[in-house]
Amino acid sequence: MAKPMDKITWQEIETGSVVLEIGSARQYETGSWRSERPVVNAAQCIKCGVCWLFCPDSCVKQAADGHFEADLTYCKGCGICAKECPVGCIKMVSEEG
Amino acid sequence: MDKFSVYSARLVDKTENFTSGHRACQGCAEALAVRHVMKALGRDTIVAMSTGCMEIISSPLPLTSWKVPWIHNAFENSSAVISGVEAGMKAMMRKGKLPQKKINFVAMGGDGSTADIGMGQLSGALERGHDFVYVCYDNEAYMNTGIQRSSSTPYGASTTTSPAGKLSIGQHTQKKNMAQIAVAHNIPYVATACSSYPFDLMDKVKRAAETPGAAYIHVLSVCPTGWRIPTEDAIKYGRLAVDSCVFPLYEVINGEYKLSYKPYKKLPLTEYLKGQGRFRHLTETDIRHIQEQVDRDYAKILKLCGEGK
Repeated sequence: MAKPMDKITWQEIETGSVVLEIGSARQYETGSWRSERPVVNAAQCIKCGVCWLFCPDSCVKQAADGHFEADLTYCKGCGICAKECPVGCIKMVSEEG
Repeated sequence: MDKFSVYSARLVDKTENFTSGHRACQGCAEALAVRHVMKALGRDTIVAMSTGCMEIISSPLPLTSWKVPWIHNAFENSSAVISGVEAGMKAMMRKGKLPQKKINFVAMGGDGSTADIGMGQLSGALERGHDFVYVCYDNEAYMNTGIQRSSSTPYGASTTTSPAGKLSIGQHTQKKNMAQIAVAHNIPYVATACSSYPFDLMDKVKRAAETPGAAYIHVLSVCPTGWRIPTEDAIKYGRLAVDSCVFPLYEVINGEYKLSYKPYKKLPLTEYLKGQGRFRHLTETDIRHIQEQVDRDYAKILKLCGEGK
């Protein structure tokens, strides 16, 4: 979207509340909700893509070498990827350190 | 390809028609189900969606998570609106005002809008035989407004409007079987699916979209917030629901029943109930009573599917 969400005033909203840009929710970064982040052990990863398939926020991306990693801009830290990983190479780590 | 294994995940289409940045709770298996359904349908799709969790999380003005034409509806009329869209597009194509093209018309709703409020309109749309797919995301209560009971809430579940206590078991009525109600309309395709079995779900959605005439898909969507389970267990509880035969997966093609998945070993109901906060007040007698009901329902489905015991 050309303008950030919080800069749009009510006069600029299309008549009938029509949204003309597809998939514009990507500018809303849900990563700030997270209290734990998934950390992938790339050496152990078998590149199967199960974490990608089961991510409700579609935030898992394939890195250049083929292993899968969560995009922390959108990851809400639900832990499904760590639980479903068949080799257990994903660990949930607290954001507070 | 074995549609119940997930180890061929990389063969699935990488395009996302339901983008990140939606406001679903952590671990929402319903958002996951929407993602899988949209992967199966592709871009040539028009969606009408009833009020509910998936509507409020995906379309807070001025943003949208959708990459297809999408219209918001009140609780009761998504099936009526998609009927009009389908009839209108068909007329425009017949008159040559639009190019001839296969378009998937899809109405979506939660269990509240499907089983309670929009049931009359859904019944009408199924009866008129519009070429559309209705997808019901069943999380077994009105989770959006704070876990109020719906007619799809199972017996014994504690919700904010059917709280468990000394004199109450929680929800005291049986879950409404929407899939069977859809079958009773004699429509060409009805199926039940679950987001814990993504290949099966995507297969069924594709088959429903290819079927001429009305199709209905009932998707069990685990809700960690409302079911009171840890967020990472959302997929596990979907599998447990299927393996304990609480939610059998089957499809009905032109009245012919076909079981999609028969658990290798039927799990006892306690495996599914334990760990869920909404069932934690149940006593052993209550669980035995529910187990009898589940066994009876599952035997009925097996008989319809022509499977031996």
